[in-house]
Formats: sequence, structure tokens, C-alpha cells
Amino acid sequence: MKILKNLLKSPMFVTGLVLFLATIILALIGPYVHTITMERVGPQYAPPAAQYLLGTDDLGRDYVSLLIRGLRSSLYVGFLAGIIATTVGTLLGIYGGFKGGWIDDLINMITNLFIVIPSFVILILISSSLKDGRSLTLIGLIIGMTTWTWSARAVRAQSAALKSKDHISLAKINGDGTLAVIVKHILPYLASYVFMVFILQVASGILSEAAISMIGLGPLDTVSLGTILNQAKNNGALGDGVWWAFIPSTVIITVIVFALYLINTSAEGAFNPRLRK
Amino acid sequence: MLKQYPTLRYILQRGGWYFLTFLVAVTINFFLPRLGANNPVDIIMGKSASGLSAENARIKEESYLKEFGLVKVDKGEIVRNAEGKPVKASGLEQFANYIKMCFKGDLGTSFQKYPKKVLDVIAEAVPWTIALQLPTILFGWIIGNVLGALAAYRRGVFDRVFFPVALLISSFPFFVFGMLLVYYFAVVLNWFPAMGGYAQEIIPSFSFEFLRSAAYYYVLPFFSIFLILAGGQAIGMRSMGIYELGTDYIKYAKWLGLKESKIIAYLFRNAMLPQLTGLALSLGTMISGALITEMIFSYPGLGMAILTAIQNNDYPMIQGCTLLITISVLIANFTVDILIGFLDPRVKAGLQIGKGN
Repeated sequence: MKILKNLLKSPMFVTGLVLFLATIILALIGPYVHTITMERVGPQYAPPAAQYLLGTDDLGRDYVSLLIRGLRSSLYVGFLAGIIATTVGTLLGIYGGFKGGWIDDLINMITNLFIVIPSFVILILISSSLKDGRSLTLIGLIIGMTTWTWSARAVRAQSAALKSKDHISLAKINGDGTLAVIVKHILPYLASYVFMVFILQVASGILSEAAISMIGLGPLDTVSLGTILNQAKNNGALGDGVWWAFIPSTVIITVIVFALYLINTSAEGAFNPRLRK
Repeated sequence: MLKQYPTLRYILQRGGWYFLTFLVAVTINFFLPRLGANNPVDIIMGKSASGLSAENARIKEESYLKEFGLVKVDKGEIVRNAEGKPVKASGLEQFANYIKMCFKGDLGTSFQKYPKKVLDVIAEAVPWTIALQLPTILFGWIIGNVLGALAAYRRGVFDRVFFPVALLISSFPFFVFGMLLVYYFAVVLNWFPAMGGYAQEIIPSFSFEFLRSAAYYYVLPFFSIFLILAGGQAIGMRSMGIYELGTDYIKYAKWLGLKESKIIAYLFRNAMLPQLTGLALSLGTMISGALITEMIFSYPGLGMAILTAIQNNDYPMIQGCTLLITISVLIANFTVDILIGFLDPRVKAGLQIGKGN
């Protein structure tokens, strides 16, 4: 609780939190405030006007509707990938770091292998081989399964450092099993750390989805912020100066990621007193 | 073994490790695209077979099948069964064939630019990518770290302005920043060209005119990668620097009344090592991000080659590019590892007592 109080005193954290909550609220209540329609409502690339506030896309669809849809997709992918990457990474990292031995060596080896093979490459390879049935959920799953490595490495380092602490030895002498020690005595220490890893993983999930969609390998079943950008690029909106085709979605992506980075950086300051002034 | 040459041992050890990683990467590169049930030959035939007679279509299909190692080949001829149909190669045979071709440096033939070899297409693109990415990553790293160390040391107004700006810039996704730069500087202001690597009417050569044109087209892509990179590095360096500032050796140096520049030099040296490790870890992301920047600018490098390949279902091309990207990330990581081995006193000490790692 003291940490939370400290955090709320940091203007950076508050800014980040407010921005991030704003995007979530927009995604949640957007469909109730604005009628979402994927139908043609105006001419191709009509500039912003009263009936379509942010103009229309190449198919004459309303950009406000597309952006709300896209925002929901991006947040969904971010959370899905973030939860998978953080859970898998944390479990493997804690277990390996705490247990040591051959299990640790094996986990370590896999982590080290996959940490240097760019996950973007794996994403391209899988997505390009799945011509149909490339859904948003599937992309989120793939992103989560390719990015857990660095949460595993980060958490492992922390849990290995905790291993030799006195209170752990004490718990072991008391006869606590591995699972009990991990849940009762290691996880609480790592909670703040895992939280930061999670925030970063959500951000990287949103970015990865946008990047893969941007190059034309995005979800086929829905609109995401990345697919909006991909369309804009394919139709030459950038060179034609049709700013409403790409500025709003780029701004939304940047705001989400910036907000998450602010939260992460300020949390780092709160957890590591030296960074505070 | 090799106890008396700890450095060589370290290099060999790391090299062996990266070779193993390379093998895994090659395996992934082979099996992942085959996860989907799609047979690449069916897809390409669906597109290109229309308008061909049945006989021509069959010949074409067989040549594709052979090209991709999907059928058994003996002495350059397709092995046929009793009915004259080609015999399908098993997954394992395909894999063995693929590995053999990889080590021969043959990445197959491009679908889209048939009969051009994948390697030739890549060879045309790679110089552009290297010319764009190598200087950007190096300069971005150096300048970002210097600024970050300064911000950590000075704090105050400089830091209060610099830090949020760096944070904002570094949270721009690569492609977003590239798009905004194109829109503002190329479309609105019309200062720089929006796409391409050189003016269309010039034929690439080492003439002054071509180099001038290439330099002009270089500006926007360079800055769109450089600023984000430098911002990210500066933030990392700043927090490392602040951490180091609290350590005893810096306090001692301050008590001794050493010159500020000297203290910053010490600070930089020690905070730089984790930054180098960080560089190794984020190289993959950086290179992928920079590839997307190339796509935004239609820069004639690898990124553009991948984009074109994806749009045309050019599987051999996609796989060739991904393999090459992985290899270059591995080589870059290996280089950084070796550098750390020479720069980090802890690794060096570990080497001298012969503990390796």
C-alpha cells in the first residue's frame, strides 16, 4: 500500500495510468456512445465531416467505428499475449531459478535459444503459412508464445537471487515444500517485478500485432489498429496526404504504448528507491 | 582443453553455442511454414496455371515440385512411380535436402521473380539494409548512451526536459514514427522524397550523382530509426547511470575532487556494460523494427523484399529472408558477446581463472 501511495505521488505514473484507463474506457463504452457500423456511409476517403467525424476509409466506412473496433482488438491482443508471456515466463523463471539443477539448465537453454531468434521472424513464418483462419486470438497466442523468453530470463535472475535468502532457508527448515515456498515466500517478493514485466509484455504484444498487421499478415476476422494502417499504406493514403487514414490510429497506438511505458518507468522508480530523488 | 588460451576458449564456446542456435533456427525456419496444410505449389499453381494447357501446367507443376524439393530427385531427374507420377518426398527427406541446400548457400528459387534465385534477390537488397541499419544502430547506441549518462549525472532541468522527451520518442513504434515523418517532411513540407532509395531516373552506380541522390533519400529513414533507438538507449543508460552514481567508487571519486569529465568517463564505462548486454538482447527487435521502417519508405532493402514476398505468397523468398535476418541477428549477438568478453572485467577475470563464462 505504501508503494501504491508512492506511485500515486509520481506525476509520471498518474499520467500513464490516466492515459491507459482512458483508452480502456474508450474501448469499453465506445460502442454504446457511437453506433458501430461496418457499412458504407460515405464516399471513398471522405474528409472528416459532421456525419463521419474522422472521415471514411477506402471502402467508405466510418473511421470512428473502425478505430473503436481496432482499439478493442489491439487491447485484446495485448492482454492475451501479455498474460500468456508473463504467466509462462514467470512460472518457468521462478521454478528454474529456485530449483536449479538440470531443469534449470534445460529451461535456461531453451530461453537462451529463443531469446536470440527474433520473435518477429517466427511471427512472419507462422502467419504467412496460415492463409486462412488467421484470427486475432491466434495471433495473440503466437505473440505470447514467442515473447515469454525474456520474462522468464528476467524473473529467473530475481528468483535465483532470492534463493539463498535467510527466510527461504527458514521456511525450508520448517518443512515447507517447493510449491509452498514459491507461493508464500518468493512470489510476494517478485510481485512488483512481475507486474512490471506484465506491463511491458502488454505493450510489446500491442506493438507486435500492429507490426505484423502492418506488413499484411494481420488477423483476417476483424479490424485492428495495424490492419487500418496496412490498408492506408496499401492504398497510398500516406503519399496522397489523406491524414485521417493513418494519423488517428498511429496516435492511439502511441498513446497506449507511451502510457504503459510511463507506468513501467515510474514503477521502476518506486520499487528502486535510488531512482527517486 | 585450451586452458592456456582463455580468450580463445571463450570465443570458441560462444561460437559453438551460436552454431547450435543457428541449427535450431534453421529447423524452425523449415518446419514453421509447413505447419499450415497449404502446399505452396498448389497456391502458386492456382495463380499461374490459368491459361496454360494441361500438359504445360503439368510440366510447370513438376518443375515447381522439384524446385522446392517436394518430390524425390535422383541425379537431377524426378523419381517417378509406375504410373509416371512423381514420388513425393517425406518430410524428413525434404528437411535433409533443405539443410544440404542451406549449407551450399542455395536458398531456392523465387516464385515471383522466377527463375531468379532467392540468394540473388537478397544480394541486391542487403547492401541497402546494411547501409541503413549499421550506422543507425551504432550512432543511435553511442549518442543515446552519452545523452543518457549526461542526464543521469546532471539531473536538474536538462534531465527534466530530456527524460520525458526521450521516453515519448522511444515509445513511438518504428512504423508510426516513420509514417509521421513521411507525412510531415515529405508530403506536407515536401523537403524530402517519400519513398525509394534513390531517384527513379538514375541507374545505381558509383557515380557522384547516384550517391547524392541516395544520400538525399537516406535522411528520413535514417532519422526515423535513429531517434527512436537513441531515445531508448538514453533511458536505459540514465537509470543505469543513476544507479552507478550511488555506488561507493563514484562517491570516492567525488571526495577526491576528480574532474567532472573523469567521473563521467568512469560512470560511462561501468554503466555501459549492462547497456551492451541490453543491446545484444534487443538487436532482434531493433532489426525487425528497422525492416518495417524500410517497408514504410519502400526502401529497396530486405524489409521491402519481405513485404513484396508476403504480398505475392513467395514462400522461398520469405524463408530466405527470415533465415538471413536470423543469421545476421545471431552474428551481431556473437559480436557483442565477444566485445563483452573483452570489456567486462568480471568476464575477463572468469576467463583467467579458467572458469569460462
